[in-house]
Amino acid sequence: METTTATTTQASANSGIDYAIRMQGIVKRFPGVVANDGIDLLVRPGEIHALLGENGAGKSTLMNILFGLYTPDEGEIAVNGKPVDFSGPRDAVLAGLGMVHQHFMLIPRFTVTENIILGNEGSKSVLDRTAAAKRVREISESYGLLIDPDAKVDDLTVGLQQRVEILKALYHGSRILILDEPTALLTPQEIEDLYGILNRLKADGTTIVFITHKLKEVAAVSDKVTVIRRGKTVGERITSDTTGQELADLMVGRGVSLTVERTPATPGRTILSARNLTATPIHGHKPLTIEHLELRAGEILGVCGVEGNGQSELVEVLSGLRPITGGTLTINDTDVSTCDPNGFRAAGLSYIPEDRHHRGLILDFPLWENVLLGNAQEGPFVRSGIVRERTLQARTSQLMQDYDVRAPSPSTPARSLSGGNQQKLIIARELFRNPDVLLAIQPTRGLDVGAIEFVHKELVRVRDEGKAVMLLSYDLDEVMDLSDRIVVMSEYGITGEFNAGEVTRNHLGLLMGGRHSDDQAEA
Amino acid sequence: MDHFFTLDLLTRILRMSTPLIFAALGGLICERSGVINIALEGLMLIGAFFAVAGTYWTGSPWLGLIIGVLCAMAGAMIHAVWSISIRGDQIVVGTAVNLIALGLTAFLVQSIWGTAGGSDRVTSLPKLGGMSILVPVAFVFVPIVAFVLFRTKQGLRLQACGEHPQASVSAGIDITRYRYSAVLTSGLLAGLGGAYLSIGNLNYFTLDMTNGRGFIALAAVILGGWNPWGALAAALLFGAAEGIQIQGQSTPGFPISSDLLVTLPYIVTLIAITLFVKARSGPAGLGKHATTS
Repeated sequence: METTTATTTQASANSGIDYAIRMQGIVKRFPGVVANDGIDLLVRPGEIHALLGENGAGKSTLMNILFGLYTPDEGEIAVNGKPVDFSGPRDAVLAGLGMVHQHFMLIPRFTVTENIILGNEGSKSVLDRTAAAKRVREISESYGLLIDPDAKVDDLTVGLQQRVEILKALYHGSRILILDEPTALLTPQEIEDLYGILNRLKADGTTIVFITHKLKEVAAVSDKVTVIRRGKTVGERITSDTTGQELADLMVGRGVSLTVERTPATPGRTILSARNLTATPIHGHKPLTIEHLELRAGEILGVCGVEGNGQSELVEVLSGLRPITGGTLTINDTDVSTCDPNGFRAAGLSYIPEDRHHRGLILDFPLWENVLLGNAQEGPFVRSGIVRERTLQARTSQLMQDYDVRAPSPSTPARSLSGGNQQKLIIARELFRNPDVLLAIQPTRGLDVGAIEFVHKELVRVRDEGKAVMLLSYDLDEVMDLSDRIVVMSEYGITGEFNAGEVTRNHLGLLMGGRHSDDQAEA
Repeated sequence: MDHFFTLDLLTRILRMSTPLIFAALGGLICERSGVINIALEGLMLIGAFFAVAGTYWTGSPWLGLIIGVLCAMAGAMIHAVWSISIRGDQIVVGTAVNLIALGLTAFLVQSIWGTAGGSDRVTSLPKLGGMSILVPVAFVFVPIVAFVLFRTKQGLRLQACGEHPQASVSAGIDITRYRYSAVLTSGLLAGLGGAYLSIGNLNYFTLDMTNGRGFIALAAVILGGWNPWGALAAALLFGAAEGIQIQGQSTPGFPISSDLLVTLPYIVTLIAITLFVKARSGPAGLGKHATTS
């Protein structure tokens, strides 16, 4: 009964308005780049509309234009039927728009209430924090957001911080919410919670634009989807009438393979072997204990698990970054338990780190200097302690061609590359040394479909060349798609080992949740 | 030693703390807005000089005070333009302001009074119980700054500019305006601190009479955790070190050599900073700009 009333009121409120957002023929040029080259985006009131495109397709530019942060060079914008010409975010907020940025615009030292009222504190100079907190609590409760208005933002999890951002928009009276890559930093559970919140907001009549490059999310939450590629709108579809494959092809502009093609593995000799391994714990964590782990030539070993169950420690131990306190670790029959990372690399290990910005690259260094990282021993690039810049530059150019790293030159700083191109550079650097073992840690995190396809193909190619590959990922689908053998990490140890195809998704899920391999009866 | 612990000691401590309190409050407001201000030293020196020069020209210490403060604000304007609008490195800009202040005041002393060391004597500001009228004023500023910073809309916005310039812009705050206001306010307060030194506590100007107090005030900001009450406590601590040093020197038979004693305030500063400045860090957006199209 209540729902019916709500819908009626809403329908009447929206009568006469075809589109909550109408952006037509938007063009935005930056020096040397046309970021938006005639984009159309039509969003109906009360729908969840996904804006799908690869990194660099122009999604964020378009939303910054809509939010008044950039002025478009051409094109028309109307919000709720009225033509608008925003000169800043303030105008956008007054028109009823609210933006949740990918990198939150929150002040960690402020409380939730202070963050929410900032810029909209009321007419009086002296703040009334109590009244503001009360109002924040009311709105928070009415949408089921469950946020303590007096908590310091610093103390909140990323998922809760995002709710503060949503709450901020609602507090400012926004009825049209723009979320820029809202799932990028969330855990799977937090993503589920976010979908719940978005559906609740939609039921209440809020219009939502959801920017993403992930097909799964389009399917999970949107009513309609607009696909953009290289600054142009390439299609608009009703989500229920399209397929992931169609969207992927539109987004990338060619046929993409969403599934990984590979032949059964032919595992050879054991290359990396760990027995009864223990290591110094990270402060406040339990110590890691690995009774038995083997990587064999010509196979991909997938490591799945819920984040924070010892994966960081495992990776650091296997790459030589964390000291081993007991047990043995050999690579190519060389005992590396007392070696530093250079020793591990010399024994035949290469490593694609989880965090490309902090551990994979030095962002302000040019590409060729980044290629030198980890390869700075005496050799082709270094003679008598002097770096041979010309050789290194030439080699970097070659690698850029071979691995399709799109950048103007080897002297371009790594920072200016897209995530996909940065990852390709790391892969190129780690593979040209011809390692025997490759540790790939979350190798596709934050990448778009095209780049993910590239990374996956590359891992399979490396495997087929007879190298041992370890793939650690928090995306269970990725582990199941690529691995020949799967181990589950839980509680700082390995709690199950399976051959691919001999285990179900459900069973792995249970093990990841902390059940033991022997508890199958309960499953 | 009977001559050491006297009411004089307390008065000396208050007198020595006063310029530090003014400058520290100025520095605090400036840094809370996200602008590093190591120019406090130079701004104090400008304030001290022009307060004397103004008094000398007009014959009124009150007009001298106003002229001194306005000139310090003009110096702060240079710091603001270069560090906010031109986006120069704030440490370099601050150093430049300090060097300009030192050179300019030395040059003007020579041209106005024809001496190399200092100015003629001028009328000082009125005194209350042996202390300058500016001493209680400094103390009154502490709760005022605390109230504005923590209880008002403007204070919240100022803090936001210092913590996260980008978030402030997207909340519709004109951070340029807030930062200019903060830097100019720091000029005003540093100018008051400087004028106190020359026409409040004394009645003349000598070369480099601030003698590092601007930097000690900056240390008080940090030691006080960027909080006005904390800065007051730190300024009192440093003022006490200086007061004790002066009292010690003027006490006959005081057991510590006066040469060692003059280092006391600086040693106390180092010890205090080592012991008490740990987890608390400054505004997160200190020295950072917002990126806009």
